[in-house]
Amino acid sequence: MTGYQLAQVNVGHIVAPLESPELADFVANLPEINALADGSPGFVWRMVDEGGADNTMLRPDSADRLLLLNCSVWESLAALRAYVYQSAHLRVLSRRREWFVRHVEAHQALWWVPAGHRPTVPEATARLALLRELGPTQRAFTFREPFPAPSGEPAPTA
Amino acid sequence: MADAVEPQVGGEDEEFTTLGVLGDPVRRALYRFVAGRPGESGREAAAEAAGVSRSLAAFHLDKLVEAGLLEVSYRRLSGRSGPGAGRPAKLYRRAAGEHAVTVPPRSYGDAGRLLAEVVEQAGLDRELQCAAHAVGARAADSGAEADVLALLRERGYQPYADGEGAVRLHNCPFRALAEEFPALVCGMNLALVRGLLAGGGGAAAAPWSAEMDPAPGGCCVALHSKTNSD
Repeated sequence: MTGYQLAQVNVGHIVAPLESPELADFVANLPEINALADGSPGFVWRMVDEGGADNTMLRPDSADRLLLLNCSVWESLAALRAYVYQSAHLRVLSRRREWFVRHVEAHQALWWVPAGHRPTVPEATARLALLRELGPTQRAFTFREPFPAPSGEPAPTA
Repeated sequence: MADAVEPQVGGEDEEFTTLGVLGDPVRRALYRFVAGRPGESGREAAAEAAGVSRSLAAFHLDKLVEAGLLEVSYRRLSGRSGPGAGRPAKLYRRAAGEHAVTVPPRSYGDAGRLLAEVVEQAGLDRELQCAAHAVGARAADSGAEADVLALLRERGYQPYADGEGAVRLHNCPFRALAEEFPALVCGMNLALVRGLLAGGGGAAAAPWSAEMDPAPGGCCVALHSKTNSD
């Protein structure tokens, strides 16, 4: 244990409202995919809205009704990678363009948090903004250009 | 720090040396047997598959290990341990690296990576899947093989029955690209396999449906029995 865990945020523009027929398959897949995450090795926590099941009611940008945000915490990069790319989650990932508009800017950011820390929406969107502004750094990075967890004891949460 | 991408091993001379080891037909037979099946293989089974003696197989298997084409581990096959359990067996499995050399030099891998990058940026997943499905269907239409397992074998997937009613694929023919662009390339791969099943008037498909069902080390797609679904 390094005293750090890996936080992840991703945002996506759905192609149509969540209640529309275009998104029906996505919505139908959510319970299974979320249960899979919850039961995955190395899973720590994921953000849920007041509905308590997933985060689809949350709108990080009140002016944008089609922008969804996911945020979660994992024990390690390997654990998150295994869930995202090497589990049945790949089934929905490979259909992403049926449901989500392509993003020109970075849509996912990773960063290390002190173990036990739970990111907030402003914190998560700030990390995404950092990645967009600076490219991958220790403070916000990507799967393709990851950074190792900081060494030593985590500083008090800022 | 692209730690997930398979190492491209060695320079051109090193690649020639490594692949030269497979010039011997006995070694080639042993390599194909061990690398083509999941898990680990003992000398006995490999010798039998190649039609050679156990000691000759042992000699050639070790040459394949020296060349970095196979990896070795030791395990007691009986499951016993302690005194009297006998010596642990030497077991062989496919090594992780990839080896390729073309003369004259060709760079299809680089071109594939560049194309994947652009297709990913442009968000053309569905167009790619559509094209992959068509390629699979065409291959099934024109191939002499009516059986989907033979079609998959021909394309390097190394299909095997997993003992639970499904067919899994021991090899991912797109490995390095799939690790770099998983959503894009695994989606393409699934569409291609589904195309193979749909082609030939669907005759190849027989009882199978292809689903995304990743297993470590192999292909992300598995074939499940349509009649015996859970």
